[in-house]
Amino acid sequence: MSLAEGTKPRHVPDRLTGRSQRVLRSWELLLFAVAVGIFVANSLASPYFLNPWNLSDATFNFTERAMIGFAMALLIISGEIDLSVAGIIALASTAMGWALQFDVGTAGLIAIALAVGLACGAFNGALVTRFGLPSIVVTIGTMSLFRGISYIILGDQAFNGYPEGIAFLGRGYAFWVVSVQLVLFAVFAVVFGVLLHKTNFGRQIYTIGNNPTAARFSGVRVERVKFILFLLTGVMAAVAAICLTGRLGSTRPSIAYAWELEVVTMVVLGGVSILGGAGSILGVVIAALVMGLVTFGLGLLNVPGIVMSIFIGALLIGVIAIPRLIALVRLRRRA
Amino acid sequence: MKLFTKLAAGLTLAGALMGGTAAIAQDNVRIALVAKSLGNGFFEAAARGAEEAAEELGNAEIIYTGPTSTTAEGQIEVINSLIAQQVDAIAISANDPDAVVPALQRAMQRGITVISWDSGVAPEGREMHLAPSSNELIGQTIIKLAADHMPEGGQVAVLSATSTSTNQNAWIEEMNAVMDQYPDIEVVATVYGDDLADKSYREAQGLMQSYPDLDAIIAPTSVGIVAAAQAVQDAGKVGEVNVTGLGLPSEMAGAIESGASESFAIWNPVDLGYATAMLAYNLATDEATAEPGAEIGMGRMGTATLDDDNTAAMSEPFTYDASNIDEYKDIF
Repeated sequence: MSLAEGTKPRHVPDRLTGRSQRVLRSWELLLFAVAVGIFVANSLASPYFLNPWNLSDATFNFTERAMIGFAMALLIISGEIDLSVAGIIALASTAMGWALQFDVGTAGLIAIALAVGLACGAFNGALVTRFGLPSIVVTIGTMSLFRGISYIILGDQAFNGYPEGIAFLGRGYAFWVVSVQLVLFAVFAVVFGVLLHKTNFGRQIYTIGNNPTAARFSGVRVERVKFILFLLTGVMAAVAAICLTGRLGSTRPSIAYAWELEVVTMVVLGGVSILGGAGSILGVVIAALVMGLVTFGLGLLNVPGIVMSIFIGALLIGVIAIPRLIALVRLRRRA
Repeated sequence: MKLFTKLAAGLTLAGALMGGTAAIAQDNVRIALVAKSLGNGFFEAAARGAEEAAEELGNAEIIYTGPTSTTAEGQIEVINSLIAQQVDAIAISANDPDAVVPALQRAMQRGITVISWDSGVAPEGREMHLAPSSNELIGQTIIKLAADHMPEGGQVAVLSATSTSTNQNAWIEEMNAVMDQYPDIEVVATVYGDDLADKSYREAQGLMQSYPDLDAIIAPTSVGIVAAAQAVQDAGKVGEVNVTGLGLPSEMAGAIESGASESFAIWNPVDLGYATAMLAYNLATDEATAEPGAEIGMGRMGTATLDDDNTAAMSEPFTYDASNIDEYKDIF
């Protein structure tokens, strides 16, 4: 690995000059090429793929996870991680179901879910930034804690009877085949893209991820930025909880089980460095499309789920390994 | 957002191609059998039964599918892809009776026949549900299993799960309701092992001590039946006390081999898959309509009669003994 250490092939900051800009382009271009390849392969393999309604159905496979993915990308770029997002979904959804009895209406339910998400994010953020605990440990703990509370409240029961408004957010259509969820996905992609790539706050996230000590000496309030990122992730998990609850029409404590790994997979596949300091929202958007297209395309061919998991795993390793291999070959040639 | 422009272009292209792809000739009735999760012997066996039904029908095709783990979200992805493939029928064993309802309702709106089997879906999300058996049939079966090996009558005891287990209590009640058909058999006690292996074992030991002439222990729980068989074996009472009830072939193979249990029962997944495919076919081809009181054919499994909830019971549980245990012990 001595070669790889010297080359830093996965160093992909967002604003670059010269040669490294080409690396960035090739990274997202590679992913985009994969997406197009899968799209074409799917259209050839199944006669049902190229149908606007079916493609629209396919977007539900990734929109909720991708919305969390945007916030998770920021958090991972800053050098932290939140594995409790699926637990937050369970707790936020349970809180919504519990609030049904008070007849608070759609807006009230949304407010409750967002408040729970915010509170969970604040809890994670406080443990990490106040007490200096590693986020991976904290959020593995809160992952069970948040879902555990749902299990205590619900047991083997379910909450039902959500109002039309919630169902509309989860499975309604904004216009023609474009679902409300797809619109939300696009809006949040733009919001997080601007936040990360066009604002001071975004620059601070990269700085912290690349070198927290240097960031602190440069006057960046590292703890405050990280705390805000945990809040954002909690809120986005709550947004996903609202959409998913609307889509399912019910809440059980097992809701969104094991989604945290799917979200992290999506973010890493999108080119965000798991070590922090590098990545882009565009990458996450393309990764979401790739994962959605793969799951749906293989589903149309009735490929067993386990094969899909293997395929996604191979894709993840492949997309990460290819740039490293290319860099390795280039270096050999030069030598 | 170049990406979205390209995607939009792709969608337009897709729309243009629609005309060409929509009309695909479908000769076979395509029935999707959706499992709780793949890689589970019970569902693999059900799929074999469904294939058997398809072969018998001639113009049916089974699509056996399911998610990797037992989640409702995974099943919804599977349902979406089945809707997209325009299958004729979806028969699902649901991971969550409520969460799959919106997706299944969408399937029904698009003209797909939807039924649930094994693990049911809330009534608004399916046309009918096929339960493997009914409380009545299970109650009748467990006492018959014991009586079959007691030609001269005698004493039986019941080892149940907990005293509050809804299922077990209903089965025992149904069993007691038919006891007048067995005048020579006396139910001497009902004890509770709480579905814990060690407590069930101790309760079985206690039964043998309290009733030295005991002829059979009926355990309508898969935990209790295994523990009771072990207790009988350890007490050296094989041949004197017969353990029977409801159990899983994989866990009971040893007890059948040692003779501690002559026979036991549980639903047969092969029959269940077969009957499910038959019902789905009859509903999808409009040979039958799912409504309360309807009688729908299940091939060699007879007819299913729907109750007010559009639920039907397939049959009495299937009996496993030394003659067929080897065939099923690797399945579930």
